[in-house]
Amino acid sequence: MTSPISRGFRGRRPNAGAAARLPPGQYETHDFPVLSAGPTPHTPLAKWSFTLGARGAPSVTWSWDEFEALPHETITRDIHCVTKWSKFDTVWTGVSIDTIIAAGAEKGIAPAPYVVAVCDGGYTTNLPLADVTGGKAWIAVGYDDKPLHPEHGGPARLLVPHLYFWKSAKWVRELHFRDHDEPGFWEALGYHMRGDPWKEQRYTGDA
Amino acid sequence: MTGDVAEARPIAWRIGTVHEIIAETSRVRTLVLDVPGWPGHRAGQHVDVRLTAEDGYQTERSYSIASPPGDPRISLTIERLEDGEVSSYLVDELREGDTVELRGPIGGHFVWSVRDGGPLMLVGGGSGIVPLMAMLRHRASAPDGVRRATPARLLYSSRSWREVIYRDELAHLADTDDSLRVIHTLTREPPPSWPGYARRIDRAMLAEVTWPASAHPHIYVCGGTPLVETAAKALVELDYEPTSIRTERFGPTGGPA
Ligand SMILES: Cc1cc2nc3c(=O)[nH]c(=O)nc-3n(C[C@H](O)[C@H](O)[C@H](O)COP(=O)(O)OP(=O)(O)OC[C@H]3O[C@@H](n4cnc5c(N)ncnc54)[C@H](O)[C@@H]3O)c2cc1C
Repeated sequence: MTSPISRGFRGRRPNAGAAARLPPGQYETHDFPVLSAGPTPHTPLAKWSFTLGARGAPSVTWSWDEFEALPHETITRDIHCVTKWSKFDTVWTGVSIDTIIAAGAEKGIAPAPYVVAVCDGGYTTNLPLADVTGGKAWIAVGYDDKPLHPEHGGPARLLVPHLYFWKSAKWVRELHFRDHDEPGFWEALGYHMRGDPWKEQRYTGDA
Repeated sequence: MTGDVAEARPIAWRIGTVHEIIAETSRVRTLVLDVPGWPGHRAGQHVDVRLTAEDGYQTERSYSIASPPGDPRISLTIERLEDGEVSSYLVDELREGDTVELRGPIGGHFVWSVRDGGPLMLVGGGSGIVPLMAMLRHRASAPDGVRRATPARLLYSSRSWREVIYRDELAHLADTDDSLRVIHTLTREPPPSWPGYARRIDRAMLAEVTWPASAHPHIYVCGGTPLVETAAKALVELDYEPTSIRTERFGPTGGPA
């Protein structure tokens, strides 16, 4: 269907540079909006841990201090929220999922084709392994040179900037390998299984 | 489940025609739309609206559905933001008979039906009232007995009495229903002899107006991020189950209240 013209709508066009970086249906914001389904959890670092594992299989768990001892990277990327805003050049620090998976492999944890991120508050999100490996995803613990604020997912969130931002699950605590792609929290509520902003995969059934 | 998801059909873009425009406040109006083929919705869901300029430039925004499930038309209530690309068009430019492209319903978490039961505790600020109003309208259409079995309260924060969206309808709903209480707070300009709250929503206010945690209310909080953060955090501190608190955030900045 071609869209009808909205009579009298002129719009506020992004400049050419911004336009090239905006996926379809997105607009640029300079704020950092917050999206979550419920209250913000506040987990003290002493009680925080991160676990890589698989259902009914061995796992490896890092305390906060152990996790902080893993090599960290600085990541600068554009991010895109399914609620339509995009924010350019956001700067994060975090541990690459490649690093985490390599550390797991040393402990005998074999990867599987899909992963599920499990978070404080019970939220989950599903991703193909290929979307979190090869330098595409991190566990982020810092934003703009500061510890990640709880509202934005601190102490640690998944960061998968090439997919819609709900995939960058806040308050992440576990990453599980799965043989099959199983919908997470938002995916079971009508959001897309993969969520590629450049294909505008917002909702279930979007191509 | 995976199979169902893979086979699901896309949420189609549809053309809505403006049937009626209702001025709610000086900055807010309601668009009543005819949307042929509308598949129905649940109270609390939203639509994506897409605007197209003559040169093909497009932009999209989300708007909550204000009308209850089962209404023959879809109502959206839109607040004009300073320099708002889409809201200023929808509030200032759109006329009866014009069309807008939209798709939905979207969202399966911030939803409530009388079948979910009560008590129902709604907390909103400014245009955050919109999805909550769909819930109250839906509840109002339920049979008396069902409604009495699902008591509801709304704590609603606005800048001033003039800026209270749906003011008369809220008063009417509360006057004609003993099991509904509407509590306003006015954050900037309360009228001279205003007997009610005159500050931003805080923990003490929530403790006063909400059922005790032992009553296990279903809680919905909607508005700008600061309001939602403050209210949700305070409710957790007041011992409400985090999973019983559902939130919807409308925008990056403070929003009106
Ligand atoms: C699920 C959902 C449901 C929504 N339902 C409604 C609704 O029922 N009614 C309604 O009026 N709006 C609603 N919104 C907000 C709406 O989607 C737009 O964000 C809003 O209309 C602003 O768009 P704009 O193009 O006019 O402003 P933009 O041009 O995008 O922004 C203009 C300026 O306003 C700021 N801004 C953007 N959004 C907000 C905001 N919400 N509050 C304060 N400042 C803001 C921006 O940072 C910018 O400085 C909803 C949002 C979501 C995510």
